[in-house]
Amino acid sequence: MNKSISNIFSGEAVFLDKANVDTDQIIPKQFLKSIKRTGFGPNLFDAWRYLDKGDLNSDNTKRKLNPDFILNHDLYKSCNILITRENFGCGSSREHAVWALTDYGFTTIIAPSFADIFKNNSYKNGLLLIEVDKEKIDEIFTQITEKKTINIEVDVHNQFIYLEEKQIPFELDDFKKKFLLDGIDEVGFTLQHQNKIEDFEKNYKKTVPWLFK
Amino acid sequence: MNNPNPKTLYDKLWDTHFVGSRSDNGDLLYIDLHMVHEVTSPQAFEGLKIKGIVPRRVDSIVATVDHNVPTTDRSKGLSGIKDSISRDQIQALQINCHDFGIDLIDLKDLNQGIVHVVGPEQGFTQPGMTIVCGDSHTSTHGAFGCLAMGIGTSEVEHVLATQCLVMNKQKNMRISINGPLKKNVFAKDLTMFLIGKIGTAGGTGHVIEYDGSTIESLSMEGRMTVCNMAIEAGARAGMIAPDQKTFDYLKSKPHSPKGNEYETALKYWKTFHSDENSNFDTVHNFFAEEIEPQVTWGTSPEMVIGVKDRIPSKEDYTSQTERNNFEAALDYMGLNAGDSLENYSLDQIFIGSCTNSRIEDLRKAAEILDGNVISKKIKRALIVPGSGLVKKQAEEEGLHETFISSGFEWREPGCSMCLGMNPDQLGEKERCASTSNRNFEGRQGHLGRTHLVSPAMAAAAALAGNFIDISS
Repeated sequence: MNKSISNIFSGEAVFLDKANVDTDQIIPKQFLKSIKRTGFGPNLFDAWRYLDKGDLNSDNTKRKLNPDFILNHDLYKSCNILITRENFGCGSSREHAVWALTDYGFTTIIAPSFADIFKNNSYKNGLLLIEVDKEKIDEIFTQITEKKTINIEVDVHNQFIYLEEKQIPFELDDFKKKFLLDGIDEVGFTLQHQNKIEDFEKNYKKTVPWLFK
Repeated sequence: MNNPNPKTLYDKLWDTHFVGSRSDNGDLLYIDLHMVHEVTSPQAFEGLKIKGIVPRRVDSIVATVDHNVPTTDRSKGLSGIKDSISRDQIQALQINCHDFGIDLIDLKDLNQGIVHVVGPEQGFTQPGMTIVCGDSHTSTHGAFGCLAMGIGTSEVEHVLATQCLVMNKQKNMRISINGPLKKNVFAKDLTMFLIGKIGTAGGTGHVIEYDGSTIESLSMEGRMTVCNMAIEAGARAGMIAPDQKTFDYLKSKPHSPKGNEYETALKYWKTFHSDENSNFDTVHNFFAEEIEPQVTWGTSPEMVIGVKDRIPSKEDYTSQTERNNFEAALDYMGLNAGDSLENYSLDQIFIGSCTNSRIEDLRKAAEILDGNVISKKIKRALIVPGSGLVKKQAEEEGLHETFISSGFEWREPGCSMCLGMNPDQLGEKERCASTSNRNFEGRQGHLGRTHLVSPAMAAAAALAGNFIDISS
């Protein structure tokens, strides 16, 4: 929506060492019954984060945390950058997954690859996704295992991340960059091109009249 | 004569719907059909209301309730739903459809059902269309030669307001499968086999066109099953060029064009196929004879084996990440490396979902169950038809009597235990043979264990109490 991100920012990173993290894990189905866009943060990775089963009526502050889950470690409780393995966000199209990640406080996710629908949902909500080679992710994993914490600086405009004096470039579509940085309302922006849509529709209607009732 | 500019099916769908590029290089793709359900739409409608915008083309929208609905007695309608949060979400859709004048196929309507079953059987889904829905299994509709994609809620709002989806063109992938399928090997086995081969990220950044003699031999129902799981191969859209089977299927459907309009549409539909020598960025070829009845053993659809194969071992994986994933999956599923899946007892059976809840699926299950009773080991066996029309057809054919007398529960249509948003769920550590599409951790219930299979395998496993080889 209208949330923009800073051009340059830095943060502490946490490494979730799993591949193919699906959106059912990011936010389980029982929380999809909410008709709001907010409040999903406490239930991010719910089944991994808590030892019991929660639902929309649970008081999350009273639930027992899973001490083995990385986000529950004291060192990583205030991290805003998530580093993980390939194909993050696969599965269901639920945008609630992105709402949960941003509501929790993540600004950026770094991984070798992301699922297509998740990618689209992310930039619309000011969540920056950075694709980095598998080998580089392995290097980061080694570093974070040794040092416990690492700080990462992200330069969105120039498309670099800086990590322990290393500069790593990343790709970002023009239109996604614009939305992330400017945080503009996408519906309003597209409606500025309304003439194009009307012209197309006029011609298209002649080709497929049966699709217009 | 050589075509100087051969196009793929996807190229043609893209070109016929390309509106133009925005000033930021985001491309606008015109959307013909927008299907809406209760779970991913409330925030989108709220967005419209806040902005004071109405949907651009109400005639392009169809709504139904499916994810949250109970599959038991529905005679009391909305007030019969015990879970108040589910009830609120369904009511929100009713109110939004009423406020914006959108057709809603509601809870007590005979045509109600899973959105991806309803679209085709009502004839909303037609070749050459672009179709979106806030649900990743929208890829199902690609079986009719459409570009059909799952979208997020912000995109739902955007399409409602502008009739366009913003994206850049993706790559073309062709998967060709040739030859006859073996006995008791079905479209579901085929699509799971392909995911096992190319992986759950194999199709990322692509749309997949399936072709070859095996695909041509499938019924429309089978083709829908194949395209349904394109998303499990990482592709937002899967598609199959329309042919005579497609055109015959559509002829009598309520919302397909009729009379002269059908003839005009038919000419148009026939242009949607990949031209000879068209260019695909990625190509895969398989032979149907390689495919055995498939069963997933792990927590990702790519973790799949033939029913006669052994569960993999750590040594089968090279990287540490893969080994970690393997061990986590095995542990979650309560299985031993190298074991046969036949050694594990099942607790529940689920036949349903947008992958396998159509009449052909139910007929196959009934054929195997006919005159037999399910194993005493099975605590619950559910058959959930994909729509009210599928249910009616099955009852006219007497299939429900076979199901009930064999020990299955015969339910009302909905998504049900595919994702367990309604009361149909697995208990902790319960093992289930399911005809759905995702075996993710907790998908069918907290700590539940899902094995994805075809309806025939699910029925056979219900009788045996465990998986068995149905190929011989």
